[in-house]
Amino acid sequence: MGIHHEQDGTGRAAAVRVLAEQHSGQRGPLLPILHDVVAEHGYVAEEDIPVIAEVLNLSRAEVHGVVSFYHDFRRTPSATHEIRICRAEACQSVGAEVLYAATRVAYAEDDGVEVTEVFCLGNCALGPSGMVDGQLLGRLTPERLAGALAVPMEARP
Amino acid sequence: MTEPTVWVPCDAAAVSVGADEVAEAFAAAGATVRRNGSRGMLWLEPLVEVERPGPDGSPQRIGYANLTPERVGAVLDGSAESIGVVEDHGWLSRQRRVTFARVGVIEPTDIASYEAHGGFAGLRRALSLDPAAVVAEVTASGLRGRGGAGFPTGIKWETVRKAGSEVKFVCCNADEGDSGTFADRMLIEGDPFTLIEGMAIAAHAVGASEGYVYLRSEYPHAVATLRRAIDVAYAHGWLGERIQGSDLSFDLQVRVGAGAYICGEETSMLESLEGRRGEVRAKPPIPALSGLFGRPTVINNVMSLATVPMILADEGQEYASLGYERSRGTSVFQLAGNVKQGGIVELEFGVTIGDLVDGFGGGTLTGRPVKAVQIGGPLGAYLPPERFDLPLDYEALAAADAMIGHGGVVVFDDTMDASRMARFAMEFCALESCGKCTPCRIGSTRGVEVIDRITTATDDGVRRTQLTLLDDLCTTMTKGSLCAMGGLTPMPVRSALRHWPQDFGVRDDHQATAEAADLESATVTTEGARP
Repeated sequence: MGIHHEQDGTGRAAAVRVLAEQHSGQRGPLLPILHDVVAEHGYVAEEDIPVIAEVLNLSRAEVHGVVSFYHDFRRTPSATHEIRICRAEACQSVGAEVLYAATRVAYAEDDGVEVTEVFCLGNCALGPSGMVDGQLLGRLTPERLAGALAVPMEARP
Repeated sequence: MTEPTVWVPCDAAAVSVGADEVAEAFAAAGATVRRNGSRGMLWLEPLVEVERPGPDGSPQRIGYANLTPERVGAVLDGSAESIGVVEDHGWLSRQRRVTFARVGVIEPTDIASYEAHGGFAGLRRALSLDPAAVVAEVTASGLRGRGGAGFPTGIKWETVRKAGSEVKFVCCNADEGDSGTFADRMLIEGDPFTLIEGMAIAAHAVGASEGYVYLRSEYPHAVATLRRAIDVAYAHGWLGERIQGSDLSFDLQVRVGAGAYICGEETSMLESLEGRRGEVRAKPPIPALSGLFGRPTVINNVMSLATVPMILADEGQEYASLGYERSRGTSVFQLAGNVKQGGIVELEFGVTIGDLVDGFGGGTLTGRPVKAVQIGGPLGAYLPPERFDLPLDYEALAAADAMIGHGGVVVFDDTMDASRMARFAMEFCALESCGKCTPCRIGSTRGVEVIDRITTATDDGVRRTQLTLLDDLCTTMTKGSLCAMGGLTPMPVRSALRHWPQDFGVRDDHQATAEAADLESATVTTEGARP
């Protein structure tokens, strides 16, 4: 997850414009731009949309439509830690639904941890699978999840 | 004494159970660590291989399964228990590895090793042939699309080759979103040059100059490996201007998806590549004639494209000699879910479901009886053990109201509730529908509601009415949806209901049949009205 730059509105707009312009020469640049915005700024802000629209000569509605279509282009900042648990069939066959529900409950009061569902991480023979702050984990248990969260950021691979 | 060379997989599945920590421990102990892809015996991961001289003096790779950093010392001093020479392991030696021949053997982005293991032989031969002759070889091989639809690859290529356009594209669909499938990911992480070579061959065959790999964002390891491999391929003259001094110029880049399952549908993928919402396009026009940016476009799955180099290297007829009936060659099956021995099983088409689940899989992970398998992802059918004699090929499964899809086989034990899985199929469709057509957009939500009413019904009459409604809804979605998402969501739903009616509260098979017959007559009224 990206580092959230603390910037005033103009600073962010200028930075987003630079990202958009870096891709504007290639074919179909909108998704790569939005990925970069999320990687750099953590999320796509409402005020980013007109900036990107202007660089690409699109309407705001077109950009908004794309941002809202894809799960990855989140529109609010993420919590400090992000847990994603796979709820697809293969992981369900080894207890993912129970794990997902229990994890939601376990971190419901914790503002620093966000628990979301994901459908398939391609680790279907070693389920239940999940990601903790972008790190893929197989054979997931509540203990393994808690253990991964407890590792300080700087000590992670 | 010098420490030996140790191979530790860098595949995401191996990493997800601690391969990186094991690699660090070996490096700290002074061993030379090399990172290969995974052999596909995923239940053994992290599966570490130690190179030691064999009886004839040539190096052998001895395997150590489920390794932890604590056991690294025991591996190096020879006291740890091994699984023997990895290549001789029964699970591997019973397979027929063609597409996956190099996966797990070499370092993924070591281009010299790739060539030493037969890499680029297919492209070299293709470049010595006329484009039409290359297409003819692919046609002769009998290769059919491995993404699920099973369309003959050679025919698709021929359409693009003959299309008149200055600009043509080759797009690889690596949006492997189906649960229970991971072959695309493992090939890209374990042997990415094979895909690059396959795409370059396609470009030569159809006259394309640009290519894109649409790779899902849920696969960050694959994205990183493929991007690195593309850089290496450019540096060695296997991509870019005048590849290896030939007339072929081909540029290739990775585009990362953004978490939308529907973008695995080819026209939705094109929309996404063009920078729009991943909404499905109506066909015709077919992408082969009007695809990416309206230009003729080859769209193939990773497995299809990665099989092409082998076909060209050995001549198409040889590949066609493998297989079953109209399904030629091998298929890369993926054993997943509640299975003891999950992983990659590449075999000729025609192996039975039972061979895979019991023979290779060894039954369930939990040790409980197998209740069902779902084949071909979230849109595939659920089948009970009574159907495990079915051969895995395109036609045999279609005849059993199922589909082979991308070759994923997900195993469930007897705790599985078929009505919950049916509900989930509708729920998933509601969540991931692109929204363009009504049967899928609205039908999936209504489907969840109807299934809820069936499973909570206290009255048989109510249940019967709702079952009719569900059947009706499934027919509408199947026949009225624009693409396979809405069109195939009824497949898991209907198969679950057909094989496990009791899970839906229907008392028994006999009664269900009688009720269904009643309904049939009750719903065909003179007014044509349904309850």
